[in-house]
Amino acid sequence: MNKLVLIAGGSTLVYAGLALLMGVLPGITLSQIPAGPGVKPLTPIEAEGREVYVANGCSYCHTQQVRPLSQDKVFGRPSAPGDFAYQTPELLGSERTGPDLTNVGVRQPSAVWQYIHLYNPRAVVPDSIMPSFAWMFDIVDKAPAGISPVPLPKAYAPTHGVVIPKREAQALLAYLLSLKQPPLPTSEPAAGLANRAGGATSAPAAQSAPAGASKTASAPVAAATPPAQGYDAAKGEQLFSANCSACHQANGEGVPGAFPPLKGNSVVNDANPSAHIHAVLFGLEGTTVDGVKYESAMPEFGTTLSDDDIAAIIDYERSSWGNHGKPVTAQDVATERAKGK
Amino acid sequence: MASAASLIEQEDQTLARVFAGYTISATAWLIFATFVGILLAYKFGAPDFGPGAWLTFGRLRPIHTNDTFYGWASVALVGLAYYVAVRSCRTALYSTRLAWIGLWLFNLAAVAGTVALDLGYSAGDLEYREWPWPIRLIFLAALGVTAWNLLATVARRSTDDIYLSNWYTMGGVLWTCIIAVVAILPWYQYGLGQVSVSGFYMHNAVGMWFTPLALGIFYYALPKLLNRPIYSYALGVFAFWTNLVFYPIIGAHHFLFSPLPWWLQTTAIVFSVAMLVPVLGGSANFLLTMQGRYGEMRHSYPLAFIFIGVVGYLVGSTQGTVEAFRSLQAVWHMTNFTVGHSHLTMYGFVTFAIWGGVYALLPAATGKYPGQVGLALHFWMALVGSFIYVISLSIGGTIQGLDWVRESPFIQSVVDMQPFYVWRGVGGVLMFLSHFVFAWNVWRMTYGPSANPVSLVPALAGEQTV
Repeated sequence: MNKLVLIAGGSTLVYAGLALLMGVLPGITLSQIPAGPGVKPLTPIEAEGREVYVANGCSYCHTQQVRPLSQDKVFGRPSAPGDFAYQTPELLGSERTGPDLTNVGVRQPSAVWQYIHLYNPRAVVPDSIMPSFAWMFDIVDKAPAGISPVPLPKAYAPTHGVVIPKREAQALLAYLLSLKQPPLPTSEPAAGLANRAGGATSAPAAQSAPAGASKTASAPVAAATPPAQGYDAAKGEQLFSANCSACHQANGEGVPGAFPPLKGNSVVNDANPSAHIHAVLFGLEGTTVDGVKYESAMPEFGTTLSDDDIAAIIDYERSSWGNHGKPVTAQDVATERAKGK
Repeated sequence: MASAASLIEQEDQTLARVFAGYTISATAWLIFATFVGILLAYKFGAPDFGPGAWLTFGRLRPIHTNDTFYGWASVALVGLAYYVAVRSCRTALYSTRLAWIGLWLFNLAAVAGTVALDLGYSAGDLEYREWPWPIRLIFLAALGVTAWNLLATVARRSTDDIYLSNWYTMGGVLWTCIIAVVAILPWYQYGLGQVSVSGFYMHNAVGMWFTPLALGIFYYALPKLLNRPIYSYALGVFAFWTNLVFYPIIGAHHFLFSPLPWWLQTTAIVFSVAMLVPVLGGSANFLLTMQGRYGEMRHSYPLAFIFIGVVGYLVGSTQGTVEAFRSLQAVWHMTNFTVGHSHLTMYGFVTFAIWGGVYALLPAATGKYPGQVGLALHFWMALVGSFIYVISLSIGGTIQGLDWVRESPFIQSVVDMQPFYVWRGVGGVLMFLSHFVFAWNVWRMTYGPSANPVSLVPALAGEQTV
């Protein structure tokens, strides 16, 4: 009997102690971390959307934690302890089969895009392997007043009737759009500084290589040459693919009725690049493009991309799909940025 | 005299029925859970397949993990633990009734959990504790019943010592009761606090439950098959205590670079390295027990299954240590490399250990044997399948991680994974098919026609090792 008590009881006692130390105590302490500045509780509809997110296991493919690693910068600033004060159950996740969603409300603020993407992700991202959440939508003959039908591309739209979001989809959308990182008091000036450094010193920056300058350029020597005509096409394409093609599509044709085409777009082909640069830097909403009015919002990329990167994107857009707009330089972007909204 | 003999015979039959009942139930869950796994693997190439809420990826995924954990591995290991306890203590099962109640509770929890998750009732995408809390209470009750029955059986042993296997199995059940309680209680689990509990829970639910039970099976089945004692009993005891002290501390390595306190992450990394001590000690003990007798695997598939299980333990756990380094975790974290790792450990180690244990011990309990062809088919399909599975996801996951490090557009990592998802599916189908062969073998060892016993487990002839 004594041996049994010693082995089973002794080891269980040791284990209970360790469980207290490594499980319960950190749990108690970290549960009390106060909300960071600007971190707010969810509204009722956002909270409902979070439940839809949990019920359908979104976090098995999408993390909500931005690591302090260079590769995570595209998803936002590094997550801070105060970000999670209102997040129970926690949705940090362990796999990124799809991108991180911590800041998706800022990265992809267009309700129209989110709806199309939920209805069938391949309608806007052809290579996506995300499931379709079409069951969160109704197909009706005519959209009721106050609800706009989802402007699906023809290939993905039902043969008759229109698609409108159910309550689940509306709540999920509200939750997704609520995922915005409030800026950290210390992180903003640093990011601004990096942007400015990347822009102002674009050509001679090769020696000092500030942190904000993009690391994506494959050949540093080529990147250092003045971008008058030979801008880095590979870099431009890569940045376009990462930031723009979800809406405007890789072929530049956009999604009719939802996102404007860049191919043949009068602003993109305008000799004066000012409006083009302004749109990328500061975003757009409810704009009429070449006679068609688009409801969906375009995010502002001025906060996340350096002048160099924005110039590369704009030059890519101005020289692709038969477009022939005059190329711009990082200096042009810096000038436009200085003018402000 | 005659009545005493018949009483022993009756006890033997009861034990055989319990062991067989647990094994059959577990096998049914293995087939169901891995069928769901196949469906999931298929969806990576055909995301529009099986639309609708009930078949969506995010609901099926926790069904796959929870049912392999709690329907298959847990139930199979408890069945083995009962048999090992009774035989190594030279006694009878304390309560057959409790054993059956436990089995019903395990199954009730798994069925209720599966239905709840498919209807969208998830406790919150918290890995391996997604079942709503009332269902996890049922599972906790099953654990409690098992702990009581197992301890009471060991308490009525006729041997003086408690054989090492029982240290591991009793410990595993008792510690897991604590893990389950820690995971269920809600009062200290808000926001980041819950993240730290998740880290603790998801690693302990694996490493303090499946690992000790599977090791307990090794310590009994290996000497039994080889008819020689374990290489070093003292080393086994040493591995037991070091595993107990080091393992609970490493959970936070699932959240490296997260906003969890840096010291907690660093502590987890340090002890992940310390885990090499019990892992290398345990593996060396098993391999040295087999020393000079490796050739017997040609005749004994049970031995081959156990050998693969030991190698899976050694390689999978060492890989876990390596993955915990920040420099490597920066590449591999959140990629499919992790999925490869979890299958190397839960399949290559735990599941092969269960199979080895069942093939070595169930025939001894029931007196019925599987055929050599069935054993061979099961072994090679499962081995080749899991090899393809783990290798493809390890290579693919590394490419995926490097795509991110290169800061390519995210979709590049999705496109680059495609061929590896296909290979994973190929491996998965082989693994899945092998489970039907296993079911066939289980049937032959229980209620079906037995094969010729001479062809199998030659070493079992001398029963007096342990």
